[in-house]
Parts: sequence; structure tokens; C-alpha cells
Amino acid sequence: MKRVFIVGAGATKVGEHWDRSLRDLAVEALLAAVRDAGIDKRDVQALYVGNMMSGELQGQEHLGALVATWAGMAGVAAFKVEAACASGGAALHQAYLAVASGLYDCVAVVGVEKMTDALPHDVTSALLTAEDQEYVVFTGATFVGLNALVYRMYMSRYGVKQEDVARFAVHCHKMAVNNPYAQFRREVTLEEVMSSPPIADPIRLLECAPVGDGAAALVLCNEDFLKRSPRDVLVEVAGSAVATDILSVHERRDPLAMAGFRKAAEAAMKRAGIEAKDVDVLEVHDAFTVLGVLTLEALGYAPPGKGWQLVAEGQLEPGGEIPTNTMGGLKARGHPVGGTGVYQVFDIVRQLRGEAGANQVEGAEIGLAQNLGGVAGTVAVHVLRRVR
Amino acid sequence: MKFSMNVGIAGYGAYVPIYRIRAAEVARVWGSGEEEPVREKSVPGLDEDSLTMAYEAAREALEMSGVERSEVGAVLVGSESPPYAVKPSATVIAEALGLTPRVVAIDMEFACKAGTTAMILAAGLVASGAIKHGLAIGTDNAQARPGDELEYTAGAGAAAYLVSGDGDRLLAVLEYAYSYVTDTPDFWRREGERYPRHAYRFTGAPAYFNHIVGAAKGLMEEAGLKPSDFDYVVFHQPNVKFPLRAAQMLGFKPEQVKPGLLSGEIGNTYAAASLIGLARVLDAAKPNQRILVVSFGSGAGSDAISLVTTENVGKKKSSLERLLSRKVYVDYGLYAKMKGILRVA
Amino acid sequence: MVWAESVPRVWRERAKKYRLLGGKCPACGSVVYPHRQVCPYCGSEGLQLVELPRKGRVISYTVIRHPPSDFVGKEPYVVAIVELEGGARVLAQLTDVKPEEVREGMEVEAVFRRYREQSPDGIIEYGIKFRPAH
Repeated sequence: MKRVFIVGAGATKVGEHWDRSLRDLAVEALLAAVRDAGIDKRDVQALYVGNMMSGELQGQEHLGALVATWAGMAGVAAFKVEAACASGGAALHQAYLAVASGLYDCVAVVGVEKMTDALPHDVTSALLTAEDQEYVVFTGATFVGLNALVYRMYMSRYGVKQEDVARFAVHCHKMAVNNPYAQFRREVTLEEVMSSPPIADPIRLLECAPVGDGAAALVLCNEDFLKRSPRDVLVEVAGSAVATDILSVHERRDPLAMAGFRKAAEAAMKRAGIEAKDVDVLEVHDAFTVLGVLTLEALGYAPPGKGWQLVAEGQLEPGGEIPTNTMGGLKARGHPVGGTGVYQVFDIVRQLRGEAGANQVEGAEIGLAQNLGGVAGTVAVHVLRRVR
Repeated sequence: MKFSMNVGIAGYGAYVPIYRIRAAEVARVWGSGEEEPVREKSVPGLDEDSLTMAYEAAREALEMSGVERSEVGAVLVGSESPPYAVKPSATVIAEALGLTPRVVAIDMEFACKAGTTAMILAAGLVASGAIKHGLAIGTDNAQARPGDELEYTAGAGAAAYLVSGDGDRLLAVLEYAYSYVTDTPDFWRREGERYPRHAYRFTGAPAYFNHIVGAAKGLMEEAGLKPSDFDYVVFHQPNVKFPLRAAQMLGFKPEQVKPGLLSGEIGNTYAAASLIGLARVLDAAKPNQRILVVSFGSGAGSDAISLVTTENVGKKKSSLERLLSRKVYVDYGLYAKMKGILRVA
Repeated sequence: MVWAESVPRVWRERAKKYRLLGGKCPACGSVVYPHRQVCPYCGSEGLQLVELPRKGRVISYTVIRHPPSDFVGKEPYVVAIVELEGGARVLAQLTDVKPEEVREGMEVEAVFRRYREQSPDGIIEYGIKFRPAH
């Protein structure tokens, strides 16, 4: 296996881009990443497009050729990679494999989702294509609802109060204030979160990642190709792993076990030769507050039922024990679904390069990004390391 | 009609939705100022229709009878409010009960009379030896134009009877049946129309009373029975007054009518009305009691059926009392949502 | 959406949806709903077809206030994980109950109800829901 490096990273701001299409966003991010790498876009040999819902929301598939064409890169090998909300992470995994295998010297990955083209109920339906249509979607459950089932069990089992879990959203909003790419650059109070309307009880509006549009892109290459890039601070993809769990939460023996969390994280960390305590900056898939807290516990940063304490103590902030979602996470940076897995790595790359501005984690060397599809039916984890 | 062999009821079930609306609440919106014909009526939940209610009643009847599913030879569903204009409810019910595919299945319509006719036809199939057991169901989610006087009474419910020729299983024997029909257009709904129309007072004397009295008298004459030979009588019950007046006209006492008179609390459940009343009576009956049931369906006709209970009656009861006791009152707004009067798509 | 108006896919699942037909694993003994070929827990094949008990209890629940397109007009409604007697878990709506009355551990029983209409002139999809047990 060859070593794989990230030499370019780019993204659009996350938001309601009424005037821009899926292809506009993908091309903007992709070209930004190529420029950041300081290479010619025609040096890219393969393109991986992480996206979940273009078929549902735009009636558009075949994104590989579409994005390649509009980016002026027609000719490259190009594919759409889909794994629900983990599409971005899964696409990065594929891109990593393509370079690690030695087949390609330089590839690009772009994660993109254009959600605001559709009506809210249709977005809800489109997101549900990630679940079992016959026996889960049939019940009228929504993704918020499925996570709410987990949330209620979590509070019940550990006697945790919703206020404690909901604080995760407050943390993310505080972080996003300093992120120019974030959808919501404003703080919220715990009172605001707790008094926001319930979407699927117990989950409240301000505990959910927002609907938004956006694209993020990375350029990956091997050591030989590095010579063509002017970058001096490099980021290596030190570990990349994907794991699945039994698709539907109610069929898992313990719906709180989140077996996929551990499996993917352990595999990626093993490949990188690190342990959880070595991570300087963490990106977790907080589509809902409870998922953020559960991840902190699954990765061993807190005992079961105690993840919320890290949030309450400010340990997730730069300078804390485990700086997490330092650019706002899904909650406040935004969650353009197929883009998220790539945004997470984009955010970590900025931290490792020392480009994170006011939220810079001093001396950050190792980052870990965890991207979930469905209610963690798919888990993609990437470990990134700063190298010179 | 007298059946050529011993045929009767081996199990029965009734279903009434949990929701009720008070007639006074309907009056609050439409305010006719007249005396309300019932106190309250049943309202189906958003996820209920005549098919789902029929299923619940039929499952109870089947379970009470203890009959093997493979031995049920017919599912006859009488209703004027099937969820589909074309596509049988009977097949869905048969499938959900695990009775398919070797079963006679049919949807039948005769306004509020189809349920008792289903019972007569099931008894005929059993008596002929064509099938061992058959399910006869009356079910309706009655529709009324908002503001129409029918809206006070148009209720929802179902009742099902496992009709059998297996003497040991019977809890009541069907003695006689008598059908009385004429072309009398007192109430109708044209194809494609959402709500039925009716001819106001014309629904009384020439329609309800003529047919109820005609069928009841016909049966009693043919069978050589008189009102005092019956312990209970159950009439179709579009409101509370009509059955009591019919009883009076035929010489029955109110005590014979009242045990099976439920319209005051659940409204008019159309094809289910007399059959839910019969279920109430069977839940209370003792062995060797005689019951007269007389349905009425607009258009018009009545079926009179006389039954005699056996030693098996009362060993198992239906869930009707429990269903009648669990009530959730809804206001007119929620009622309009549940009934589909408020449409979002 | 094209897939949402498929008749065959509703038809082929009808028995499992109407009658709680589950599978019992010959190797690990797990009971799953619905019936399928392979045990999700141990990977063994040849699950025995069993009709599952109609009573169970609520493991967890949520109140859907913002439904997907094909449930618009039904909100709010309750979706729950129900553990049936014998251990199989089913995701289903609760019915005949106010959202605020639902509790974890609540005893429930199966009823047959409408789930959704494919469109106002399309087919109606029926299935099992649960109501508070008496």
C-alpha cells in the first residue's frame, strides 16, 4: 500500500444557495481544492463524488461524468459514491483506496448535496431512502424519529437529562461563529435549544443539523506526485475505514451499542498506529446532539452515560481535553448530507495546517473524523496526520 | 325461511372505535336547534376504515369459535362504505386472517342491511353443505354531508359472526329468517358522489317502519311466534326513537329492545348496527333464550332473523363492553380531520 | 416518486405485514420480524416461519411531528419499538393513544390499520399497529 496525502482542500460556504445548482457547488469546491493543491486539474486521474440524494431531489444521477464535464475534467475516471449521510466519508475511502492501491497517483473527491431544491417533506422522504423502505419507512418514521428512539433509550438507561445532551448544540454554535464556511455563525443558548419546537420527541429543532447546500473537495496523491505540489505542510490520510451495523436501530440487540462506531474507529486508528488519546482534534457526526455524545463515549473519551460532562466542562473546545467539532460540526457548520464527510476532513485539514483561525487547536497533529450514514448503519472514519 | 339443517353462530365479535363526538358538539357547529337524535356517536381514527374495523370484529369471532382457519369457507362482507369503489375488502380481510386462498369472498352492499344478509347467505352455504363455516360481517364507516341531519348519527363500527353447522360449537341456533324488500328510494348515494342523500321524512313510514314491521311480522307468522316468545329484539337503529317505536308497533316491550339498543352511545353504524346490537344481547343472554334481529337497509329492505341460544352462550364474551367503555371525545375539528372532511391532499 | 407508488412491492409483502410473520433462527434461536432468509445476528440460513405473538411492550417511542410526504396530514403520530412476547422487535405506529400517554414499558397489542395511501387514487397500504393493551 502506498502512503496517501491530502494536498488540496476546498469548500463552499454551507447555506441556502438558492442561486446555485448542485453542479455549481461541486465545481466551485473541486476547483478550489485543485487551486489549493497548486496543480493542474488535468493531472487528476480519478474523481469520486460523494452524494446521497441527487436522484431524489434533482432527478440527477451519473454525477461522476456530470461534475467532471462541468469542471473541465472530462476524461477522468469518475463515480458517484453513495452511503446515505456517510456518502462523503465513503467517497473519501474509495479515493484513498485508489491512491493507496497504486492505480492512480492523484485523485479528487468532492462531497456535495443540494437540498433546498425540494420541499421540506420531500427532503424528509428523500433522506428516508437510507432506511428499509418496506419495514421502517412504511411506519411513517423519519430520520429524526429514529434518532429520537435512541435518544429516549439513552436518557432512560443512564438517567441523563435532555438539557445535558442538548448542550452539544450550544457548543457547536459557539464554534461556528469563527468559521466563515459555517451555515450558522451565531451562538445559541441552552434555553433556546430547549424551548425550540419538538420535531420528533424528544428531539427539538435546535438539536438537529440544519438542511443546507454545500460542497467540499480534497485532492489526494501519493508520494511521487507530491513533488508536483508546492505545499510544504502536508496532511497524510493515516487511516481510513468503513464499517456497517445492522441497518435498522430496532433490530440491533442493543440500540445504544453503536457497534459500527467502534469497529470503524478501531480499524482506522490501528492502520494509523494511534490510540484515541492521541487524537488532537475530533470531528463527530452530530446530526442530532445525542449522536455526538454517544460517539464521545464509544471512542472512550467518557464512560457510558457521561459524555455530556465533557461538553458541560468545555472539554470540546480548543484547549480542552478533546477538541471536537471545532468548526461547528454538523449542527452549525451545516450538514449538506453527501458533503458532510468531506467537510469534516476539510475542517481537520485546516486545523492540522494551522489555518483554523480563532478556533485553532495549538500544535494539532492528529485528527479523526467520524461520518455516519443512517443511524450509524454505515460508519466511515478517517485518521489524519500532519507531516512535513 | 327455515334452514334445512342445524346452523347457527359459533363465535362473534364486535368493534367500535375509541373516539366519540357528542351530538351537542355537532350542534355547536351547525346549530339546528332541534333535539339531537342520539347523545353521541363513534368516530373512526385516522387510520381506520370499514375494512380495518371488519378485520378486528372477524378476528374476534374466529378466535371465539376456535375454528381452524383452514375450515373457514367464506368471508362475506356487508358494507356501504368500502375503502375502494372497486376492489374487495373481503380479500384483504381474508388475507390478514390467514384464510386465503381457498375461500369464497365477496363484498356486498345493501345500505344498512348487508350485514344480516351476509349472515343469511353464510347460513345458506353452511346448511347446503357447501362449506363448514363462514364469516358474515357487517361494517361501516358512515359518511354524512357536513351539516346534514345525518351527521349527528353517522357512526362507525363492525360486527362479525362465525356461522357454522358444527352443532357442538354453536352458541345460538338460527331458527328462521325472513327477508322483505321493495323498491323504495329513501336514501342513496350515486356513483362518484362523496356523500349520500336522503328523502327526509320519507325515510320513516314508507321505508324504515314498513320494512321492519313487514319482515318481523312475516317471520313471526311463518314461524308461529309472537312477541312474547322472544327474550330480546334488536332492530336496526338509525337513532334511538325509531327502534322503540317499531317495537311498540309490533307489540314488543321496551325491556326487550333496550339491551340491544346502542345507537344513543355509538350512533348509527349502518350495516353493523343490528349486528352490534345482537353481540350486546349475546354477551348478556342465558341458554335457551330467543332473540329476534331485524335489520333495515335503505332502498329498501329488512331481514328478520330469529335465534335461540344454546348452553354455550356466555362461555366467552366479546370485547364490546370494553370497547364501549374506553372513550375519547373529540371536538368537531379533530372529528373533521379523522373523517376526512378536512383534506390535505 | 416512482418507487413510492409500486403496487407489486406492497403486494409481495402483504402476508408479513398483515400477520406479523417472523423468522426463528435454527442456530441461535433469535426471533426476527419480518421473516427473511438469513439471521441478521449469526448469519445462519433457513429461518423457520412463525406467526409472532400479538402482544408486547414499548421499548422506546417518538412522536412524529414533521412527517415524510406520504404521511402528511396524519401528524402527530407515535412510532415505537415494540418488543413482542418471545423477543422479536417490531417498529410500528402506536394508535388509539395520545402521544403524552405513551410510556416506555407500556403493554400493547396488535391491531390492523391503514398506514398510508400511495395517492388519493392509489392503493391503500395496511399493516399492523399497536394500541394500549387492555
